[in-house]
Amino acid sequence: MSESQLTQAFVTALGISAEQVTDELTYNEIDAWDSTAHMILIAELEDTFDIMLDTDDIIDMSSVAKAKQILHKYQVNPE
Amino acid sequence: MLQDKVILITGANRGIGLATAQVCIALGATVLLAGRNEVQLELVAEQLGERAIAMCYDLTDETQVKQAFAHIKQHIGHLDGLVNNAGMMHNAPAAMTSLDSLQQQLTLNTVAAFQHIQLASRLMRKPGCGRVVNLCSIVGERGAAGQSAYAASKAALTGITKSLAKELAAQQICVNAVAPGFIDTELHSDFSDKQRENIINTVGLGRMGTPREVADLISFLLSDHAAYITGQIIGIDGGMQL
Repeated sequence: MSESQLTQAFVTALGISAEQVTDELTYNEIDAWDSTAHMILIAELEDTFDIMLDTDDIIDMSSVAKAKQILHKYQVNPE
Repeated sequence: MLQDKVILITGANRGIGLATAQVCIALGATVLLAGRNEVQLELVAEQLGERAIAMCYDLTDETQVKQAFAHIKQHIGHLDGLVNNAGMMHNAPAAMTSLDSLQQQLTLNTVAAFQHIQLASRLMRKPGCGRVVNLCSIVGERGAAGQSAYAASKAALTGITKSLAKELAAQQICVNAVAPGFIDTELHSDFSDKQRENIINTVGLGRMGTPREVADLISFLLSDHAAYITGQIIGIDGGMQL
């Protein structure tokens, strides 16, 4: 797994540039990451890393940094 | 009409669920039969043929439901339709309804249905292919004496249907419900002849409905013919007056 895959998932799901995908980017901070886009992001992450996220993790995924932490639980380790 | 679609039906081993599975297979779908009774599910799957797959799990067990959807994701990859059919009905006046009975009906009729939509919607990613059909009830829509707990569970499902229709529209997933009246299923097997007669007297068409008639409506809502219908609770009750 590479960080570029994670970045690309955010880019594809949220329709933002790769430069915007930083650890500090948080849910609802930008218009592109609203509740609808969040579910599209979840789908993109699940497809990219071939996992199925728990509801609690979907709720907790409040930033890019948090996404990385959560993905670790699924043996996905973006470096 | 449902060629190559993959549809999950809960409570598929009898009544409306079984009839829906039969109709969906006849229309070309692959059907996942969900329920608790492994023996019955396997028997039904065998009778329906190779496009019927039994999935035995407790619909009210959060972990088992997650595992079932993980299995679908791993082995099939997507879902086109979900029919939340499984349900239970305890008839009793409010003063004789235990909170345990209320909780059981809410757990299966409402909470399990919600969790199934929550997970199914994540597997409905092909544009324009997501269809959810919930089994609501005329009792939930209009209320009925002696059925307040059941009515509560079904009215809640009506709210879920209308809200998720709005929420999931952005993903092109249509969420609808059917609201059957007096249908000839095991749900009413403990009704006396007199009770049946009294109810049939309230039905304009003067008879019970059949599971097949409800299944035909459900299969329509699952199909591309219903692509512009969402957020609707469609009565199928023969003109019943409660």
